[in-house]
Order: sequence, then C-alpha cells, then structure tokens
Amino acid sequence: MTDVTSTDLDVALVATPAKARARGRAGSARIRFGLTVIILYAVAAAIGPWIVRFDPVATRTQDRLKPPFSRLSDGSLAIFGTDQVGQDLLAQMLQGARISIAVGLATLLLAGTIGVTVGLAAGYFGGWLDSVLMRLADIQLAFPSILLAIFIAALLGPSVVNVVIVLAVSNWVTFARVTRGQALATRRREFVDASRTLGAGTWRLIRRCVLPACIAPVLVVATVEIGHVILAEASLSFLGLGTPASTPSWGVTIANGRNYLADAWWISTVPGIALAFLVVSLGVLGDALRDRYDPRLRSL
Amino acid sequence: MTAEPLLSVRDLRVEFSTAAGVVTAVDGASFDVRRGETVALLGESGSGKSVTAQAVLGIVPKPAGRVTGGSIHYDGRDLLTLPAPAKRELRGREIAMVFQDPLSSLNPVFRVGAQIGEMFRRHRGASRKEARAQALELMRRVGIPAAEKRLDDYPHQFSGGMRQRVMIAMALALSPRLLIADEPTTALDVTVQAQIMDLLARLQDEEGMSLVLITHDLGVVADVADRVVLMYAGRVVEAGPIREVYEHSAHPYTTGLMGSLPAIDGPRERLTPIQGGPPDLLDLPSGCSFRPRCNFADQLCADEEPALLDAPGRPLPHSSACHHSGKVLSDAF
Repeated sequence: MTDVTSTDLDVALVATPAKARARGRAGSARIRFGLTVIILYAVAAAIGPWIVRFDPVATRTQDRLKPPFSRLSDGSLAIFGTDQVGQDLLAQMLQGARISIAVGLATLLLAGTIGVTVGLAAGYFGGWLDSVLMRLADIQLAFPSILLAIFIAALLGPSVVNVVIVLAVSNWVTFARVTRGQALATRRREFVDASRTLGAGTWRLIRRCVLPACIAPVLVVATVEIGHVILAEASLSFLGLGTPASTPSWGVTIANGRNYLADAWWISTVPGIALAFLVVSLGVLGDALRDRYDPRLRSL
Repeated sequence: MTAEPLLSVRDLRVEFSTAAGVVTAVDGASFDVRRGETVALLGESGSGKSVTAQAVLGIVPKPAGRVTGGSIHYDGRDLLTLPAPAKRELRGREIAMVFQDPLSSLNPVFRVGAQIGEMFRRHRGASRKEARAQALELMRRVGIPAAEKRLDDYPHQFSGGMRQRVMIAMALALSPRLLIADEPTTALDVTVQAQIMDLLARLQDEEGMSLVLITHDLGVVADVADRVVLMYAGRVVEAGPIREVYEHSAHPYTTGLMGSLPAIDGPRERLTPIQGGPPDLLDLPSGCSFRPRCNFADQLCADEEPALLDAPGRPLPHSSACHHSGKVLSDAF
C-alpha cells in the first residue's frame, strides 16, 4: 500500500516537478515573489548609494525639475528625473531606501524585543503581571498610533533614532499579544511540565521551551509589521516629524514633491510607487508565511 | 530493610478552584513508598492519582490548584515546605517523572539527543560532546535500535513506543532514586505496552530505584508492582501487597474492579461492571463516597466516613477503608 503511494508520488514528481512542488507547500510562489522583491530592494539600498553618489547639499539649478530620462548638464542620464533643486531622483531614492529599510529593521528589532519580553512575561507568569501588561497594551491600542507617534515625535524632535523610538513605541503591542498567546498555549503543554520535573528552572523553561515556540509566529508578524513601519516612517517624514531633510527617506522626498505635483509629478510619484511596491511585497510575503506556519490555519 | 520509607505521603489534600466551586481532588491520601519497591497507584479517571503525583513533584497546575494540607516527606525532608531552589535540585537528580503522552512531553523543536544530553549539561555541567556521548549510551540502554542514527532525529520522527523510551532515558539520565510514571503505557499499543513495562521493570531492577506506577489498568501492573494503593474520589480505599489485594480484596471497589476484568484462563462468564459512574467531585455523597455504587452500603456508610484500617483477619500490611471489609473478605469465598 505504502509502496504504491510513494511510487505514484515519484511519478508525479518526475512528470511535473514544479507543479507538484507548488502544490506541496502553501504559498511557495508568493514566498518566492516576496523574497525576490525584498532582496532586490535590500541590494539596491546596500550598494546603490556607492554607485550613484548622492550629495544632500548639492544644488544644480540648471537641472531643476527635469522629467524622467532627460540628459543633465553634465551629460548623465536621469532615469527618474530630477527634483526642485536639480538632484537626481534615483540617487535620492537609493539613499532613501537605505534609511527606510534601516529604520524599518531597527524599529522591528526594538519593538520585537520589547514586545516579546512583555509577551513572555505576561503569558508565562500570568496573574496580576499579565493583567497589568495587557491593560497597558489595550490602552496603547485604543490610542491612534499615528497620533501617538506625532505626539512623541513633536516632543523628541526629528532624528532617525527618534523615529525608531516613536515607531517602536507604537508597534510593540502586536508582538506582545502574539507572544503572550503563544506563551500561554505552550506553558500548559506537557513537555514544559516534563522539563520542570526533570529539574529545569523558570529561566531555562522560558528559554528552551516557550521562546522557541514563539519564534515562528513572531517572524510572521515581523514581515507583516515591517511594511506598516516603513509606511509609518514615510508618513511621519511626510508630515515633517520624521527623518531630517539631510537624510531624505522616501517620505521626505514625497513631501518635497507635493508642491510641484502639477508641473513635476515624478518627484512624488516615483518614490511613492517604489514604497507601495515594497510594502505590498512585504504584505504578500507575510501572508504567505502565515499561511504556511500558522498552526491554526494549517489544520484547515 | 530500613524502617523509614523513601517517600511518605500523609493526609495529602489538593484542591482545585473551578467555576462551579472548589473540588477536592485529593482528600487526605496517605501512603508510603519504600526504597527499591514498585508501588502501583491505581484508580479511575478523577480519583486523584495523577494529582497526587503532581503534588509530589510540585507541579500542581497553578493558580487553579493548590495543596491545602498534609505532608510529603522524601528522604526525611518535607517537599511541601522545601524552598524552591532546593526542590529544583531534587527534581531530575532524585525524583523524576515519565508522562502519559510521550509526544506532548517531549519538546518538539529540539533533537532527542540534545534533549537527553540537556540533563547532563544542566545538572552535571557536561560539555556538548560528553552530553552527546552519554545521551547515546542512554538511548542504547533503553533499547532504541540504531541509536547513533536516531540521536539527531526530532520527537515526531519516532514511534509512540520509541518516544516513551526517549522520555524514560531522560528521566533516568541522572539515576534518580524515585521514578514516578504517570500512565506510561496508556497512549501506546498493547504490544508496546508490555515492552515498556518490561523496560521499566528491568531498569528499576538495575538501578535499585523506587518506582511509582500510576495507572487505571489492573493488568498492566499485576506482574511488576510489589504493592498496590487504590484510590477512589481522592481517598485511598485499599492498600497492600499486590497478590494479597488482588486475591483477598477487602474493599467493594477493588472487588468490583476485579469483577470487571476478563480472566484469560478462567471460564467464560459475563463480566460484572461496577454499577453507576464515577462520583461528581463537586457533590460527593455523605460518608463513604463509594456508597451509591456499593452492594454493601447501609446507614452506617451514609453516616460515617470509613477510615483506612487494617483489614480484619489478614496478615499485615493490608489496609482498607470500608466499614464492611470483614464481610467483603468473607463474601469473596
């Protein structure tokens, strides 16, 4: 019986390997698409600014507001056009990708660390600690996060570090909730009791039993959240509360182009499309990862 | 034989707060486990046998459950008043436990070799390499074939019986003096059950440790246990050497359990199950809690809770908590 099935499977695999693989695991195509786009962005952000130099204080008035694919006065080609002070938009966007992605990752790291710690403490120890921490999270959730971010940003002033702090403060709750749920579920599992009866202390139980069970859902949340974070950073920068003009993130570039929308649509539009594409790709990846690794969906 | 038992449970009370009220899961249970002896803790679901084991190891589910009375002395120390770090040192080194479902009692995200080796790393400060070598040695001892190949497998890659062997290997890693096995064979196939029981009996013999077998299956323990402790509704109803209790039951519950077992070599007769269902722990009857299901019940049983006393006319140590144990004994013949 078993032999027949495995032979059949082998035949199917030989006949249509790609199709069989795609059917075999949930969302393989979406995961590959999402990862490819993100890797492209990451590579562009990492090495782009070395190839296409960007000088934040340079101004070339003779090259102002040139549309995409125009020749500049120094003979170079501006694929995405130039902005209101004659700076190449591509160089500015590559520099911006660096900042946007760096801010996104740093925020996730900070928010994730806070959130996972809070979630583990609340879920594992329970009782009054759980109540206090989760009510705190509820208050945080009840307050509009962009408003809170604006409030904190206005207090701290615009800088890259402050943006990270602001965004982490408004994003840790998601991590805390997911981790708490997972910790609650894992804490009651028999292998935790088994480890305890074999002499494991609280710290070891959290580190070896509860934390590993939280990693997969937290990673899924992180991919979903990073899109939100990059978007939130762009929003803050657009409002003038994000990164300063000397470190132009995509939000800054989009905001700069606002006054020229009628004459030079590309200043806002090109970075806007780049931002939207990255956020959508991250969302696709996050959803696909959730489909694959979320145990509640797996049984469906 | 030394006079002092290794484990001595006295008047243990464990309560659980539920939405419907406070449930007394263990209600004044007392029993001893001597050095090197195998004791079977027998009872149906809800009789408090597993909770008793949890209380010994200090893993009663909190905050719903708590130990509200009695004492648990291990080697002269009261486990209920021992500070947490000292208790943690006992677990694994002195007292270890094997659980019912070996899949859920192994950590799914680590390889079994690492999980067994963790015992040596945690308690003996062994290096990764030493721990691995010792884990391999243990896996061979508990009879896992091709142990060196299976060292790097995850728990889900093992069969039920092999998982239970892994669990037993972990429990035995530090040569504990007391091993508590909570229904170690319930989740396994019948053929595998016998293998695991044999393994436990052999290891118990080699190590000279005490073994507490918690089970609801009379047959499983018949060949392995030296003594049996029967629990019903959180109380010990009968205790004594296993042959003595099986052949001369002095409590109607034990007689009833015997009557519901098919005899493999005896005449084919209709089995006589115990009447009624297990008691509602929220609403126990007055007096003896077995009263509603008992043929011997009379007014005395309703008025007075029977104490655990020596069975009349039987050689010690055989005790029974029944007002009519004399009648039960003579009725059987």
